[in-house]
Amino acid sequence: MSSPTTNLTTMPEGPVIKGKISRDDIIMRSGMIVIALYLIATLVFPLYAMLSKSFSTYRFELSQYEFQVSDEVGVFDGTILTGSELNAQTGVYEDLDLSTGSDGRLGVTKFFPDFSFRSPVMYQIRNTAETGRFLVGSTLQDSTEWVTLDSNTFRRVQLRPMKSTGMDNFINYFSTPALFNSIKNSLWIAVVSTIVTVTLAFWFAYALNRSCMRYKGVFRLVAMAPILVPSLLPGIALVYLFGNQGMLKELLFGASIYGPIGIVIGSVFFTFPHAFLIISTALAISDGRLYEAATSLRSTPWRTFWTVTIPGARYGLISAAFVVFNLVITDFGLPKVIGGQFNVLAVDIYKQVIGQQNFEMGAVVSVVLVVPAILAFAIDRMVQSKQVAALTARSVPYQPTPNAKTDRIFFVYCCFVAFFIIGLLAVCQFAALIKFWPYDLSLSLNNYNFDKMDGGGWASYFNSIKLGLLTAICGTAVVFFGAYLVEKSNGFRTGRAIFQMFAMLPMAIPGMVLGLAYIFFFNNPSNPLNAIYGTMAILVICTVTHFYTVSHLTAVTALKQMDREFESVSASLKQPTLKLFSRVTVPVCLPAVLDISIYLFVNAMTTVSAVVFLYSPKTTLASIAVLNMDDAGDIAPAAAMGMMIFYTNAAARVIHLLASRGILKKTQAWRAR
Amino acid sequence: MPLILTPPLKIQTRVQRSLRCLTGQAAGVVVRIDPMMQAPVTNKLYLSIDNLWKAFGSFLALKDISLDIHEGEFICFLGPSGCGKTTLLRAIAGLDLQTKGTVMQDGKDVSNLPPSERDFGIVFQSYALFPNLTIEKNIAFGLENTGRSKSEIAVRVQELLELVGLPDQGKKYPAQLSGGQQQRIALARAIATKPGLLLLDEPLSALDAKVRVHLRHEIHELQRKLGVTTVMVTHDQEEALAMADRIVVMNHGVIEQIGSPTEVYREPKNLFVADFIGEMNQIESTVTKGGRLSVGEKTFACHEHDFADGTPVVAAVRPEDIIPHEEGYESDDPNRNCIDVLLHEMEFLGSFWRCRLRNERFGKSELIADFSINAVRRLELGVGRTMVIEMPIDRLMAFERPEAS
Repeated sequence: MSSPTTNLTTMPEGPVIKGKISRDDIIMRSGMIVIALYLIATLVFPLYAMLSKSFSTYRFELSQYEFQVSDEVGVFDGTILTGSELNAQTGVYEDLDLSTGSDGRLGVTKFFPDFSFRSPVMYQIRNTAETGRFLVGSTLQDSTEWVTLDSNTFRRVQLRPMKSTGMDNFINYFSTPALFNSIKNSLWIAVVSTIVTVTLAFWFAYALNRSCMRYKGVFRLVAMAPILVPSLLPGIALVYLFGNQGMLKELLFGASIYGPIGIVIGSVFFTFPHAFLIISTALAISDGRLYEAATSLRSTPWRTFWTVTIPGARYGLISAAFVVFNLVITDFGLPKVIGGQFNVLAVDIYKQVIGQQNFEMGAVVSVVLVVPAILAFAIDRMVQSKQVAALTARSVPYQPTPNAKTDRIFFVYCCFVAFFIIGLLAVCQFAALIKFWPYDLSLSLNNYNFDKMDGGGWASYFNSIKLGLLTAICGTAVVFFGAYLVEKSNGFRTGRAIFQMFAMLPMAIPGMVLGLAYIFFFNNPSNPLNAIYGTMAILVICTVTHFYTVSHLTAVTALKQMDREFESVSASLKQPTLKLFSRVTVPVCLPAVLDISIYLFVNAMTTVSAVVFLYSPKTTLASIAVLNMDDAGDIAPAAAMGMMIFYTNAAARVIHLLASRGILKKTQAWRAR
Repeated sequence: MPLILTPPLKIQTRVQRSLRCLTGQAAGVVVRIDPMMQAPVTNKLYLSIDNLWKAFGSFLALKDISLDIHEGEFICFLGPSGCGKTTLLRAIAGLDLQTKGTVMQDGKDVSNLPPSERDFGIVFQSYALFPNLTIEKNIAFGLENTGRSKSEIAVRVQELLELVGLPDQGKKYPAQLSGGQQQRIALARAIATKPGLLLLDEPLSALDAKVRVHLRHEIHELQRKLGVTTVMVTHDQEEALAMADRIVVMNHGVIEQIGSPTEVYREPKNLFVADFIGEMNQIESTVTKGGRLSVGEKTFACHEHDFADGTPVVAAVRPEDIIPHEEGYESDDPNRNCIDVLLHEMEFLGSFWRCRLRNERFGKSELIADFSINAVRRLELGVGRTMVIEMPIDRLMAFERPEAS
């Protein structure tokens, strides 16, 4: 027992007790390390590869080559000229021409105005530096020896660029108005779409939570529909409605749908369910007692709205705004389809990489795009953590009272929004069934002959289903197990904090950036993981990583509701933690597990941005097929494929609902009292 | 004050029982004479904690805790929230390792062992029953993978269900049972593997009052029957007094006193213990000649103490120890501590009256005294009456005055 003489304010010196690691701890920690390594290999390394790529510059160093020219009979007089001297004499290449990509090649015959491949003149060329390289035909010359070539061979000489590290790519980017204008464009459409979507979604959620109008269930269902289709599908519908041969083209009064107008309308369509869900949650948790207090204080409805409703939902509104902003600014499919000449960042990446094969510039645009995406993500996370704190257990749910007039207004409003959503989907379905718009309006299934179109045919549709199922199964397993390890293991604090950070990172990384980063990392021949490049595996890994964060958060939320002491009890009973995991944790969290799997499936079916860089001819996907068919002018089949994705996802949702009901009935009998 | 670690068996239980009659008056504890309730405490040291420290950052949750627990003992860690009692329990279990110090269990150093390599069963306030497993499977959870056959497990589970008095509830799920029943199942699960040590982390706090009293009796009985060394954490003094062989009173990460329920109640070592367990009147006073305590111009004889003359102290007496006398009662003996008071307020609490007494010597503070219904009737006490009270010499204690006041 402590005696008063003992100093109780400071601990005595000496070693701190180090716990002995149990077998369970070893299993849990190695599991965590495996999943952390997975995230490092599939997220951190690729992003690092991309970042370093954006700082890699390639340039033809003309001063590192020396040339000699012989006379008509092939005798060299000993005059040696460097490449830069030759260029100074002839002036064929501007300074900017000498900056290039990793695959850049530069012919040398232009330095010699008299060059003719039939002349008997001989040429000699050599590298002056050890690092210099040039090609003769396809043979790489990297020694400093002189190479003597006849003129016919000399025309096949190509210089190769030197690699260095620097800001040149960024300087190049910001000195090209065609490129950096996209920043302004992207921000502009993201801000406008955010304002419109959040406003529309707020009143829609308000009507569903705070009025007594009818058919709320139907409206809720309709509001969620856009989640089931690729973001580019509304673009296709808009082309049919307002395009050059559109049904309602006159309504635009001569303005073109191809550009910001189309992007904003389409963005509102595909971001609406996200905003609606967040705001609806915020409105649903408002405390009814505050409204009773406001009424008893004789506050006008208008004042109550501004002093109670809006402050109560403010975190939801802010969070929704940043989520929508992030979705719009990182979206690729929609602006690709309907953006026309209006360049945005995500499409720029695609154009740089696929169109111009300029990977370095693609990486630069990616870095530029990541900045606003990470900012929006960080603010959203901050706001969401506050929202949780605002909830108290004593809150009383608000019960709306019927009011014929406002209920009717809200009903009309919701019908308008629902009409917009269903309308765009209906247009797509209609377009898919028309033989040849606008000349032959008879119905046919010709547009479903995908095998006759670009994009991979029906095979891509089945590939997509395969991708969806694999992503759902593998992804759910990895995500849930990872979340369990982070949430329920003991000690190892730093490791868990780092893991948590890795798990949050994917949400901040736009799909295009992730896809491009995968090219850089996995397509590198010296990478042992190179083997998966071009296979279904890389698509699955990329999709799982892309949608990791939301799945992880869902799993963590479910796990947090489990009693903290289960693991303690299990350990005291000397039972392995994995037994507890399989016998108790997974069965109890089954609803969350099923939610994660359907989330991954639906997103795998609709995603375009990350996988557009990674599919191979054998692994074409339905969502990519929509993009490619649209690109090739086959808009009707694109719409048909898009609607196939919609029906598949809708069916998956129904199956998920039935399956979870069935499984829950069996495994969750304990929930009933 | 001599500190008896293990008082002779029979005396101890008898004292405890009589105490329970005293303190249990409001709670209605029924004392059963049951041969099984003999405490099987032996002199064998079972759990020994030496100089334990626990730091959370710069905050010291446990400061130099040392404690010996004997085989078969029922120990309660008692203290206000945040005093470190749960931290100490979790260190014993290995759930949160101590920063410094050793824990010896059954002669073996377990200081750095993970929970799975220690020998204990644990019951939490939240029950922590696995919600998706039936009662039977919950109890069987720890019996699996231990070399027992299925039929052996089934027999043992049924035995345990009968032991906790729920023989036919095995097929139900936890959510279908009441809180008290769930806690009994948690107890059955914890003792299924016959651990040498049973840890109870506020096992009764989530239950309502009636069930709590009933279940604490059952847990106590079960512990006697099994003879398992038990450590229980509680913030409920009544629970600790009713159940424990010894109580460890904790505050701010240190042990304030270890002793039997009677000891900590009758002989508190300091003002914290005196105040935390039971009610205690506190009167500021100073030590004067002969060790007497002066309050105003009056001096009182008191229980033995070591304070020097002139030391400012707190004089303390329990409400139930104050003896009422009629007005004008006088005693020649200065050691009888008689003083006249005004009966300012009376509160009827069922089996006794709680009275607030005033005397200008005590300043603004009032003395609280519990008088039996008989005494109130006999002396015809009522609000506004003046009367004489006596504070028995051995019940008036002197404590060091806390620095703050």
